[in-house]
Parts: sequence; structure tokens; C-alpha cells
Amino acid sequence: MQYAILIYEPDDKFDDRQQPDEGAFWGPWRSYHRALLDAGIYVGGSPLEKADTTATTIRIRGGERRVQDGPFADTKEQLGGFILLEVPTLDVAIEWAARCPAATYGAVEVRPAADLSRIFGPGHQGLPSRG
Amino acid sequence: MAQVTKGYPLVADVRRVVEAVVRASYGRLVSYLSARSHDVAMAEDALADAFVAALNTWPRDGVPNIPEAWLLQAARRRLIDSVRREQTRDANATVLRRTLLEAEQLTTTMRFPDERLKLLFVCAHPAIDARMHTPLMLQAVLGLDAMAISEAFLVPASTMGQRLARAKAKIRVARIAFEVPNGAELAPRLDAVLEAIYAAYARGWDDVDGADPGRRGLVEEALWLARMVVELIPDEPEALGLLALILYCESRRSARRSPAGAYVPISLQDPETWSAEYWQEADRVLGRAAALGRPGRFQLEAAVQSAHMEPARGGSVDWDAVAVLYEGLVRIAPTIGAWLGRAAAVSEARGPAQGLALLEGMPQDALVQHQPYWALRTNLLRRLERHDEAALALEAALKLTGDAAVRRFLSTGSSRSLPSSGTATGGDNSAGCGK
Repeated sequence: MQYAILIYEPDDKFDDRQQPDEGAFWGPWRSYHRALLDAGIYVGGSPLEKADTTATTIRIRGGERRVQDGPFADTKEQLGGFILLEVPTLDVAIEWAARCPAATYGAVEVRPAADLSRIFGPGHQGLPSRG
Repeated sequence: MAQVTKGYPLVADVRRVVEAVVRASYGRLVSYLSARSHDVAMAEDALADAFVAALNTWPRDGVPNIPEAWLLQAARRRLIDSVRREQTRDANATVLRRTLLEAEQLTTTMRFPDERLKLLFVCAHPAIDARMHTPLMLQAVLGLDAMAISEAFLVPASTMGQRLARAKAKIRVARIAFEVPNGAELAPRLDAVLEAIYAAYARGWDDVDGADPGRRGLVEEALWLARMVVELIPDEPEALGLLALILYCESRRSARRSPAGAYVPISLQDPETWSAEYWQEADRVLGRAAALGRPGRFQLEAAVQSAHMEPARGGSVDWDAVAVLYEGLVRIAPTIGAWLGRAAAVSEARGPAQGLALLEGMPQDALVQHQPYWALRTNLLRRLERHDEAALALEAALKLTGDAAVRRFLSTGSSRSLPSSGTATGGDNSAGCGK
């Protein structure tokens, strides 16, 4: 079963990404990513650029497109990245989420990926991917 | 039937005994089906009619040889419907069909597997709203309906129903694991289970007169669950501690009110009115826990209770020992109750001035709405002959006291100090039975 790990980081932590590769910031992230790959559970994901300077939010209301500078929610901790994992239960997903470096300095949300076969019938493979 | 009556030694009512068997079999089936399908709501739904049918017919026709087989047979139609419904939606339909087949095969053996422990751990899972641990356990494991649970917890029935549905959806959609935790995980997870059972007991304990029909059954349910946990994990000292704690408290149940209905604090209770059968069992259970050499919060609470029972054994309360036990509690499970208990014990062992000093060292903002704090403070100030201050404290205590009999008792305290084996609070709370 797939779970999304949504990574929330405080503003100032985004700046830490400037640190060198083997440093205090990136070291734990590299180890974590390596561990996910080695366990064979990594489905996908990506870090995201800093929210307050690079995010754009779009809504359409009353037929009108509204484009706004900034993230969806202006909070002290921002979505800094996401990871998709394939693991059998929530407990296992929680174990992996707890090992995410952001758990120590920010917050990590675990949410099951929606199983659309419940709606669209068995054999449904999810939304089409590239290609 | 002897197996069934264990834990209900005083029950002469056949119907209640049979109901216990129905609930146990229902619980085992819900647990088994939930564990395989990861869907508590589906399992309950499928077994609902069979459950009611059993409650109605077994007292009349006798308990079937293999209760789970009877229930499964009665539930068959609804289970097959569930499978069909799942089939149109979900690849998991095969799991459900296989589960049903397995269950039917297992019922031909005399020993249907008992997965209730897993279900208990799921109900108290950290990913489930902590407020819902107790209600979930009562419903999923014991088969109580939302109405009964909502009455017991003073929550509107529809709200409780919604919250229960949400919790079960979380279990299914997020796929919470049906496993007994192991290693370092076990202690904190087990503590959550025991906490949830204790919360049910404390809620029932607060209803001193048994006047609230919503809460009357809670005590029995909590005791039933506590016994179940001990049966399912035999050598866990904290599980034994919780059972001992509940048994000690239960042994004093009928002593809490005088025949005229007045409130009687533990210090003034007649040890003859305590149920020897319960506290002696508690002694044995606590002894088993102590032998395992892993102290914990519930064992300490039980030990405090045990110390309070000394008059029944022909002695008197050893307040120094109680103070030491509360020291331990303050260290490993620092709650307001533990802090107050320590202050009360110290005041008995070393005098009211020392007890008051401890009280005044506690963080005041947490205490301002806490009735037992004010009751203890009133008593200590009276004993120190600081009557004006005592009067103010009494006022605060009375304002926070809901129970009329306790209010009357507090008001009549006057300047006489309670007998030296007293619990200083007027709320029984220093005895750790209520929250």
C-alpha cells in the first residue's frame, strides 16, 4: 500500500540546504534516502523549493482564474518535500516517517495514497502516468 | 460453565453469565475478522444480527458447544453480502472470502484463535484519537452500542456514533496494523491499552451511588477487560497491576456510602464492609506482578491501595510506605493525583505542615479547578488551626464538588481533624481509584 510522507520544515531550515553536501544538514538526508532505496520501498518524491519565495497558488472562482504569489497556507512550517513509499501497514509507514530528518526539526505527515479501485473497480491502476 | 464464571463469582443470574459468553465469543469473532480484513466496522456489521440473536436465544436454549461456529453460521448471510459488496469495489474481496472460509474451518476445532489482544492494541493505537481509545474498546471488543457508550461519557449519541465511525474508518483506510507490538514498542503501547481500560473504570467509579444507568456497567466492563488482558498476556506486570488496582477499589465499593447515603471516606470505612474476596485476589495478583521485578505506574497505584487496606489485615496504614510509593509515582507518572497523594501521605506521616509545604510547591494554575486539591488544602489548614484560610479553601472545594453527599461531608468537617489514618481529601481521589 502506498503512503505519502509530507515533509514540513520551518522557514529557516530551507536556508540550511545551502550547506555543503556532507554537512550536518545533508548528511542525514542522504542517509535517509539511501535507506529508503535499500529497503526497496521508495516509489518517488522530491524536495520542493522554498514556499514563500517560489510558490504560486491558483484558484478558479466564478469562472475567473485567480493566481496568487505564495503558498496555499501561510504558516511557520511549510511543505518542504514529499516522499511516496510502498509498505504494508500504517505502522511501518510511521516507522519510516519517524526516521525522516525533518521529524526532528519540523513535522512529518503520513497519509495513505487513495486506493481508487474502491471507486473505479478492481484492476484500476490509478491515474495515468507519463507516456 | 466453570470457566465462564471465573471472574463473576457472585453472579447467580444465569442470563448475565450467558451474556458474558456471548460477548466473549462475539469479541473473538470480531477480532479475528477485523484482523484479517483490517475492517472493524465490516466485522461488527456482519455480526450485529447474530450477536443480538445469541443474546436472545442462548439463555433459553443453552450455550452452543462451539459458540463462534453458531455466531458465524447466523452471520453467514450478511458476511456473504459483504463479500459481494467488496467484490464490486475492491481487490480485497478475495481476502474477505478467504477469511470467511478460514473462520468456518477453524470453528470445527474446539479452539477458535483469540485475536482480541491485537484488537485491543489497535483500539489504543497512537494514530487513533486518544479520546476514542476507551469508547472503541468498549464497542469493538465488548460489543457495547454507541448509545450506551455515549451515555457513560456524557457525549451526545450522534457525536459518539460519528467519532466511532471516524476512528474505524481510520483503521481501515490508513491500514493500521493488527499486531501485538514487540520489543521496546510493547511497554508504551500496552500502557495505552491499560490507560484506556482504567479510564473506563474511573468513569464508572465516579458514579458512587450507581445512580447513573449509563455508567453502571462501566465498572464491570473495565474489570472484564482488565481480566482479559491478564489472560491474554500472562506475565506483564503492569497488566497485573491494573487488575489488582481495580480489584482493590472494587472491594471497597459498598463501603463508600453509609446506609443513610452519607459519603464515607476510606479513613472512616469499616474494613468489615470491604469484600475480602476481591482484596485477597488483588493481593495475589499484585504479588504475581511484584515477583516479575518490573515496577510501573499501575503496580505502584495498586500498592498504594494495598497499603490502605491494611486495617482489613489487622494492622494500620503505614503512611511512610505510602509516601515512598507516591514518590515513585511522582517520578514515573507525574500526575496531579500523584502529587496530591504524596502531599496527603506526607501530612499523615510527618504532619500537616510538611504536607502543606508540598501542596504549595505544586504549579498553582493546574490546581485552581481541581476539587481534591482544595479538599486536601482545607483539611491541612484545619489541622494547622488556620481557620480563616481553611474556610476560603472549603468554599473553593464546595464550588467544585458535584456530589451532594461529598459536599455534606466536607461541610461537616469543622476543626476536628480526621482520624490519623485519614485520606485527607474529601473526594476519595487520593486513593487513586478515580481520575
